[in-house]
Amino acid sequence: MTHVGFLVAGWGISLVASAIYAITVMRRAKRLAALVPPERIRWMTGDDADVIGES
Amino acid sequence: MTVTPVQPPKIAPTGRGVTRSKTTTLLGGAVLAGMVLWFFLAFVATGPDVREVGGELVGQQDAFRLIYVHVPAALVAYLAFFVTAVGSVMVLVKKSVWWDLVAGASAEIGALAAALTLITGSIWGRPIWNTWWEWGDVRLLTTLVLFMLSLGYLAVRRLEGTAEERAKRSAVVGLLLIVNVVIVNRSVEWWANQTIHQRSTIAEAAIQDLKAFTLFFSIVLGVAAYVWILIHRFRLSWLERQYDRFGLDDAIERRRAEATVGGQP
Repeated sequence: MTHVGFLVAGWGISLVASAIYAITVMRRAKRLAALVPPERIRWMTGDDADVIGES
Repeated sequence: MTVTPVQPPKIAPTGRGVTRSKTTTLLGGAVLAGMVLWFFLAFVATGPDVREVGGELVGQQDAFRLIYVHVPAALVAYLAFFVTAVGSVMVLVKKSVWWDLVAGASAEIGALAAALTLITGSIWGRPIWNTWWEWGDVRLLTTLVLFMLSLGYLAVRRLEGTAEERAKRSAVVGLLLIVNVVIVNRSVEWWANQTIHQRSTIAEAAIQDLKAFTLFFSIVLGVAAYVWILIHRFRLSWLERQYDRFGLDDAIERRRAEATVGGQP
């Protein structure tokens, strides 16, 4: 196989960066969920108005 | 006199599953399974790009396999910014909170995909074009502008101001993103003599058979992964919004409830 270094770099950076991003999103959600009441965790169960600037 | 104790709020679910649902679990599982097939197709089933032209062997050899990452990343960036633009329109027309959060979540994923497009393109360009970067190339430059604009969009979302002001400002920048996507996509046609980037591999049927199928599969997998992470990112944005809006009130209520249950005044 030719260009092995380029393949490892291209594929590796893409997969690692995507995995780090996904894990970061889930970890941030985990931290925040501990600070938000269960009924407000999901938008479908929240009583928030869907208009910007209104409660 | 009967005193009804204030019930303490339920403990919010913690762990990795906070943004998870049945849909995301199934989709995530499908993406992971698809990745196994993706690796197989990209590195085992398909061969290197070697063609015979005029009795001579030419082609990109194994560097070609970077296309299975580069093209899906670029198309996911386009799709993500398209969703951001749709969300921006909905914010401007209907002042929709839901769409504002979707637009922001999608732009963040789009920025990552655009960065990966630039990086993988550069890594591919070194062995094929003999250069990491070419400042005079319109495709490269417009893609860089798109990436910078996406960072600008994310920065505008964090500016000071009321929720309405922030949403409007970011929606306007969000619409610029889709204009730039069109420019990036058409740049190899409009300024054909100012780019060394090839035209659309798919539209011009530059590859066939299993290589074409692998590329198509890579794109489908990329879109599925985008939808999966978009749902998670949206749910995180929702949590951030709830915490920003009600975090202090909730904390006070929780302390009151704890004090009541504990028999304290």
